[in-house]
Amino acid sequence: MYGRQRALQPVDLTLEPNQITALLGENGAGKSTLLGILATLISPSSGEVLYHAPGNVALEDQALRRTIGVIAHDSFCYGDLTGRENLSFFSRLYRVADAMKRTDALLARVGIEAAADRPARTYSRGMMQRLAVARALIHSPAILLCDEPFTGLDRSGVQMFSQILREERGRGAIVLVVTHEFEAIAGLVDRVLVLSRGALVHDGPAPSACTAVEIERIYTSAQRLRAPSAAGTGKG
Amino acid sequence: MSVVREVALLLWKDVVVELRAKELLFGTVFFGAILVLIFAFAFYGGERPPVDVMSGVLWVAIALSGTLAIGRAFEREREGNTLRALLLAPISRSSLYLSKLIAIALLMAIVELVVAVLLSFMLHASLIEHVLSLAALLLLGTVGFGAVASLFGAALGRARSRDVLLPLLVYPLSVPVLIAGTRATTALLLGEDASFWLKFLLVYDAIFISIGVWVFEPVAVSE
Repeated sequence: MYGRQRALQPVDLTLEPNQITALLGENGAGKSTLLGILATLISPSSGEVLYHAPGNVALEDQALRRTIGVIAHDSFCYGDLTGRENLSFFSRLYRVADAMKRTDALLARVGIEAAADRPARTYSRGMMQRLAVARALIHSPAILLCDEPFTGLDRSGVQMFSQILREERGRGAIVLVVTHEFEAIAGLVDRVLVLSRGALVHDGPAPSACTAVEIERIYTSAQRLRAPSAAGTGKG
Repeated sequence: MSVVREVALLLWKDVVVELRAKELLFGTVFFGAILVLIFAFAFYGGERPPVDVMSGVLWVAIALSGTLAIGRAFEREREGNTLRALLLAPISRSSLYLSKLIAIALLMAIVELVVAVLLSFMLHASLIEHVLSLAALLLLGTVGFGAVASLFGAALGRARSRDVLLPLLVYPLSVPVLIAGTRATTALLLGEDASFWLKFLLVYDAIFISIGVWVFEPVAVSE
């Protein structure tokens, strides 16, 4: 709830490992709120989110946060630190083993190793987004939550990030991507969720050889099932 | 990771960022110096101002500079939304609070040093004779002020009028620190016993640091 407005209706879903799930919806549908709840940054006014490690062990607090990586609108990086220092700082916060090696590997993986020792403040929007991707992956999260991750990325950046998402899926991660860029996720996602006015109005597998047109069709038909306007609108 | 290591890591980050940007240090020191200068000119030409006026000048400079520093310190965490990144990290949220408190206290210590030297020079305050007890007093007062201000700095988060709200919330709660600080400074400068006020500040610090550690998580996460 945001004040008296309900940002999300009750949502019942299970996110699986080895799967990339796209979360679609118009502005104010509640996508960012759902992501914030999954990331432990927002406490739901009712209901609960259960996280399970392999072996069905319930995780809590710090152990849970260690398994979550978030890519958001903002970079989550310090402009006065260099790209390398940012990654080094977060790798130490997450207690990453062999942090220097991991930092170097990720800087190379996202293609900003040449600018690694420049203050992040001097980065272009696209470079900052690449650094944000590296920061989110620094601890090899089991759950990767992405809110408009393609923002600011050029064509090669989109390809790079799509490949990273495939690798994360192959590694067994749960990947949830909120986006309006249907082209970017075409052929990439395994499952499509559509939120409308806070309600989950579609939850189904992505068609094989899923194109942007197919995703658009799913999105448009799901929107026709939109929840009653009494649900109100929230952030998202 | 122990809380001490977490605090040290977060503090390292704050110090490195400040050493690069230098905006907080220069801004608050300059502001504190200007305040002393204005007061010095207000009393210029007359007799040496009474001791309690000098104490007041010192603590007014601390309160105003401290508010400026706290506001900007949390504003910096909002650029790039890095406070969220820290809340997502697998560290104790009380480490975040303590690191911010220590970072602010370190910054204010530098401001206080400059203000105290200027006071001694411009208003002929005999601060140097009581340097150790004055340092202890300033430490306790700064920690108490920082404990309250750090909590509200985080709590205001993305509130629209946070720049106005921060002093409105911090000053009423830190009035005891400012009164105790002023009274204790006056007592020290007059060579009187200030132990009551020092104990008072010690208790105040213990209470507000405990409250801060306890409520920082719900306050910051509800941002």
